[in-house]
Amino acid sequence: MSDRLTVRKTYKLYLGGAFPRSESGRTYEVTDSRGHFLANAAWASRKDARDAVVAARAAFAKWSAATAYNRGQVLYRVAEVMEGRAAQFAEEVAAGEGLSGSKARAEVDAAIDRWVWYAGWTDKLAAVLGSSNPVAGPYFGFSMPEPTGVVAVLAPQRSSLLGLVSVLAPVLAGGNTAVVVSSKGRPLPAITLGEVLATSDVPGGVVNLLTGDAAEIGPWLAEHADVDAIDLAGTSGPLAMELERSAAGTVKRVLRAPAEEPDWGGDPGLSRLRPFLETKSVWHPIGL
Amino acid sequence: MTHVLDPDALAGGEPTVGGPAGTPPDPFADVTRSDAAFRAFLHGLPGVDAVGAQQRTAVLGTRSIKTTAKAWAIDTAISMVDLTTLEGSDTPGKVRSLAAKARRPDPEDPSCPTVAAVCVYGDLADVAKEALAGTGIKVAAVATAFPSGRASRAVKLADVRDAVANGADEIDMVIDRGAFLAGRYLDVFEEIVAVKEACGPAHLKVILETGELVTLDNARRASWLAMLAGGDFIKTSTGKISPAATLPVCLVMLEAVRDFRAATGRQVGVKPAGGIKTTKDAVKHLVLINETVGSDWLSPDWFRLGASSLLNDLLLQRQKLRTGHYSGPDHVSVD
Repeated sequence: MSDRLTVRKTYKLYLGGAFPRSESGRTYEVTDSRGHFLANAAWASRKDARDAVVAARAAFAKWSAATAYNRGQVLYRVAEVMEGRAAQFAEEVAAGEGLSGSKARAEVDAAIDRWVWYAGWTDKLAAVLGSSNPVAGPYFGFSMPEPTGVVAVLAPQRSSLLGLVSVLAPVLAGGNTAVVVSSKGRPLPAITLGEVLATSDVPGGVVNLLTGDAAEIGPWLAEHADVDAIDLAGTSGPLAMELERSAAGTVKRVLRAPAEEPDWGGDPGLSRLRPFLETKSVWHPIGL
Repeated sequence: MTHVLDPDALAGGEPTVGGPAGTPPDPFADVTRSDAAFRAFLHGLPGVDAVGAQQRTAVLGTRSIKTTAKAWAIDTAISMVDLTTLEGSDTPGKVRSLAAKARRPDPEDPSCPTVAAVCVYGDLADVAKEALAGTGIKVAAVATAFPSGRASRAVKLADVRDAVANGADEIDMVIDRGAFLAGRYLDVFEEIVAVKEACGPAHLKVILETGELVTLDNARRASWLAMLAGGDFIKTSTGKISPAATLPVCLVMLEAVRDFRAATGRQVGVKPAGGIKTTKDAVKHLVLINETVGSDWLSPDWFRLGASSLLNDLLLQRQKLRTGHYSGPDHVSVD
């Protein structure tokens, strides 16, 4: 080894298309699976979550109005940039999750493939989840899916990249904007994904990535009147119960926490797309 | 902070309020005797330390206002808002809906104070007046060829009389920035005097449009000019020019009204307008008042915030304090 000094990294949040420090000024140490120091990460506070919701709300109008075709292209572009960063992702996944190099690389490949898969769904949702409805009268009735709005995502704690992509990509594919709280112990792939998003075509504010403690920020997001849905994937036990209860106060959509963190490798089907879509039905007269 | 002018150095005895119409109050009665004398007076005002002003406001802006103090600040700020709509597309319906919002800013919470005034173009003042009848909320109308001020004096005065006849309680006039920047201070002075006379019982707010005056020295001169001419309020901006209300400009204007009262005994109000969009901005202004001129100005009679979107942010913060969770733009009215 040379006697070059190591560059110790202190990462920041990804919020509204920019990389600010936490409003609180707090950071915490991220270690690998054996407890060795990897980097410092920003420790997001409730006010960062508040700012993230404002950014996500501001970005919603444009992102939800983009054509499905355009949204698919933008998401596919994210996968392209991820592919270019695959080695970095693999290193972070290997360090954080304690996987061998080849297993970590397979995990990264699966995550990129998952992203591409969801990118392909954007222009098929209306055909699969929408319908033209049989009505008894001189009317035409049809139903179509529309995005729910601002979705808070509490990302899985163990699977730091494949799990994150599996919960974030479906939210975006449907046309929602997201406020994500990353895995607390393994935030580095989420931080790198933020850098990927910033350098692809996703408009600022569509994804906001907060590194920190879901138990601290989650309650504020669950109670927030301007958050339309919450995905509890990264929580469990009494916290998940408590968040469901708080979310009820503002009648949010809630995607409930799994009993234990699933194996994210399986085919997800529509299970994570459908919860963040609202069905709008329209009648109009025919033959006039 | 030292006072800009020591009244005793200029005139002996007790200061008296006002003189005959068009004459500045003692001890400044003779500064407008000629263009040259007036220019000498205005340019003789001490220069503004622009870096110092920025530093001072930046430090005051970091004051932490929390819990009960924040609740008080939000309610005070709401009561100081001049709820404004100044668009070419304004309709009687829009003015009525704004008036409804002025009466009950938060329909879910009757304890929410009303705003100070509704600010509209002069031709819609009657609509606002009718909608606000019996509430004590004032109707302010902009006049004098707002926002550019580019019209003959006869047209400007007719504009003012028309707005007053339409029921405006307060007139927001713009100064002739062209004349000011060309150094024709006496022209500007005389125009304000003429407008004040045309206002009759209506209060006169003088818009300096500090964004077009460029320097803080000019903002201080224009403030003094407007106060000497009899303005009841000095207002930073029309809201149509950026930068509009900034904290350093507001600091300079607050110092001007403080020094003017010390010299003449007459208190003049201050109204920053334009660019104040968040509760944090509003609270910074309240801190600035308290630290510069003291609590005498912490009332809607002496301080106003010209704004439209600010009110919604104040209401969202108010809801957050009341309910304990964050609110969102779906929970306030869209204007």
